[in-house]
Amino acid sequence: MAAAVQVDDVAKRFRLYKEKYTSLKERVIHLGKVPYEEFWALRDIDLTIEQGETVGLLGHNGSGKSTLLKCIAGILQPTSGRIEVVGRLAALLELGAGFHPELTGRENVFLNASILGMPKKEIAKRFDEIVAFAELEKFIDNQVKHYSSGMYVRLGFAVAVNMDPDVLLVDEVLAVGDENFQRKCLDRVKRFQREGRTIVFVTHSADLIRQVCDRAAVLDHGVLVALGTPGEAVRAYREHLLQTDRAHEVEQLAPALDEDTAETDASVEVDDGLSAQERKRNFKLRITDVRMEHPGAGERPYLLPGEPLAIRVAYDATERLEDIVFGIAIHDIEGRLVFGSNTDFLGVPVGDVDGRGVVTFETDATPLLDGTYLVTIGVHSQDEGTVYDWQEQRHQFEVMNPGRGVGQVHLGLNVSVTRERGEDAELLR
Amino acid sequence: MSKAESKPTRVISNRTTVRQRVVEIWRYRELLVGLVRKELKVKYKNSALGFLWSMLNPALYLAVFYVVFQLVLKNGIPTFAIYLLSGLLVWNLFSTGLAGATGSVVGNAAIVKKVSFPREILALASVGASLVHFFLQACVLLLALVGFRYTPSPTFMLLVPVALVALLLLAAALGIMLAAVNVYARDTQHLLELVLLAWFWMTPVVYQYRLVADRLQENAWLYRLNPITPIVLTFQRAIYNQTEPIGNDGNRLAILPADAGLTWYLFQLLAVAGASLVLLALALKLFGRVEGNFAEEL
Repeated sequence: MAAAVQVDDVAKRFRLYKEKYTSLKERVIHLGKVPYEEFWALRDIDLTIEQGETVGLLGHNGSGKSTLLKCIAGILQPTSGRIEVVGRLAALLELGAGFHPELTGRENVFLNASILGMPKKEIAKRFDEIVAFAELEKFIDNQVKHYSSGMYVRLGFAVAVNMDPDVLLVDEVLAVGDENFQRKCLDRVKRFQREGRTIVFVTHSADLIRQVCDRAAVLDHGVLVALGTPGEAVRAYREHLLQTDRAHEVEQLAPALDEDTAETDASVEVDDGLSAQERKRNFKLRITDVRMEHPGAGERPYLLPGEPLAIRVAYDATERLEDIVFGIAIHDIEGRLVFGSNTDFLGVPVGDVDGRGVVTFETDATPLLDGTYLVTIGVHSQDEGTVYDWQEQRHQFEVMNPGRGVGQVHLGLNVSVTRERGEDAELLR
Repeated sequence: MSKAESKPTRVISNRTTVRQRVVEIWRYRELLVGLVRKELKVKYKNSALGFLWSMLNPALYLAVFYVVFQLVLKNGIPTFAIYLLSGLLVWNLFSTGLAGATGSVVGNAAIVKKVSFPREILALASVGASLVHFFLQACVLLLALVGFRYTPSPTFMLLVPVALVALLLLAAALGIMLAAVNVYARDTQHLLELVLLAWFWMTPVVYQYRLVADRLQENAWLYRLNPITPIVLTFQRAIYNQTEPIGNDGNRLAILPADAGLTWYLFQLLAVAGASLVLLALALKLFGRVEGNFAEEL
């Protein structure tokens, strides 16, 4: 297989001007002293995309994924390095870019397609297909300025996907439009895959990556941090997301800790990054250790869907405490509560404790698909009036899904197919 | 895939050669035609007179200059209409093409930011649109020729295509250059209007070449450094076809170089064309350097 897109040591620098001077007059006045900050949107990017491959680019906002796509599309020029694209390239960056409101739909199809680099003869050949795809047969000779925004987008997409590209670049356009339209887009993308075309996809939807990509690359602050199977890439993406969150948390926490002395003044609300429950703890009992145990713990830091998981909580009570409840809560990375319960609800009262011990929460099969899950452990009295210790989302485990299933929950599904003449035939009656 | 062997490879880098740029532009030649058509269509879509406007422009200029220069200032040029139109058409082609090209990249920001194609095409399309106008305006000149039963010089007509090519090269070179500059300094467009106004009066369109050249005597070449002058002179020599006619006041009037032959004109046209080619290469080089930043700057 030959490379369809070859990205060699590409870097892109943006200059962020504090004030932008766009006229000759201003440029002369401010000659040589235009203040700006440099910002590297991409750094040392090396990436080879084979022909017929579908590669996803994952990254949070500002990670440089769209910049990379625009560089591949040739809209932006890399500051250094080079990119080689073999074959005709079509980019679904913005649908209908270049439509002129005064021209009719027909005229715009021809103009738009030739802007995208399609020969006129071929446009004429595909014209009917384009119009049919856009469902605009009745309006194709009306001026585009009279189109609704839906018609506009449909026509733009119809032109772009009928370009017969060898390499297709897709930005998050699939996120726009109604469900029907999205399905249509996705169907087209899948057809392109079957036809052996190369597709580069930008998204931050892990599900979409899993659904359509052969490989995925993860970008973080303009650097390519991971490249591998969709599963691996999604994991790396989540990890980086978590790290950035943590770094952010530390930054916020630091000044609060410096002002620890001010905390004595009760009227001042100090944001120390602690949850309400954590502020209430009296530490008569301390959580000394929390461990996640699963069968593969030795060789990999993550669980597979359906594997057993044990969460062990070691504690140390300084005095005898009565009617203690151990609680557990699991949140996903976006902060949604996945599961929460406590020893009381689970029907296993802990009763009285004194000294050290371990409480274990166990499941035979973790019913989760992939993601990073944050674990909260709380120890409190029956009525939650007294909090002994509480660790709000201080622990985590990860699930990585090697399969192609998408979503949040792992259902251990079995599939069977019944045909009319089969044993279960009476079911069909 | 069956067509694997003929796939074009595109290189995206901030170091592209002039040759690569020319190849890219050539590959997009159909877009050039499409954009020219769009420009014309959009311009006349909502106007009642449509393409007649194009022809009305030189006719109105003719009326104004006729009143000022023939009736008031009495410059005495016989069949002034033919003389004026043969130079004015050249000037209109150059000035509207250049002005349009200068604003083309900024004016098409929506496309430039979203789609990748050689952006020089935008500037070239403006020059192309003004070439179409040129041919429409030539119809007015043709009408005048028929009206006055006037015969151009068949030999010098051979030079007209050469002059036209030289003019287009010059307009394209300057247009591409200024289109790039205008992205960074948006008032280039307005500055250009003033420069074009001065340039117009430095070119022998409404007055006769010899009026200036004879005064400069052996330094007349200085006057011809204005690259538009040789082109205008060629058109006037071919179409107006009189070097020293009897003026309206009955005296001989020196208009064009009297003893200049075909080679004299040809040499100057080739010089302009050659210089324009060099300029065009420079313009493509400059344009290629900064093109990658257009999407950010707009």
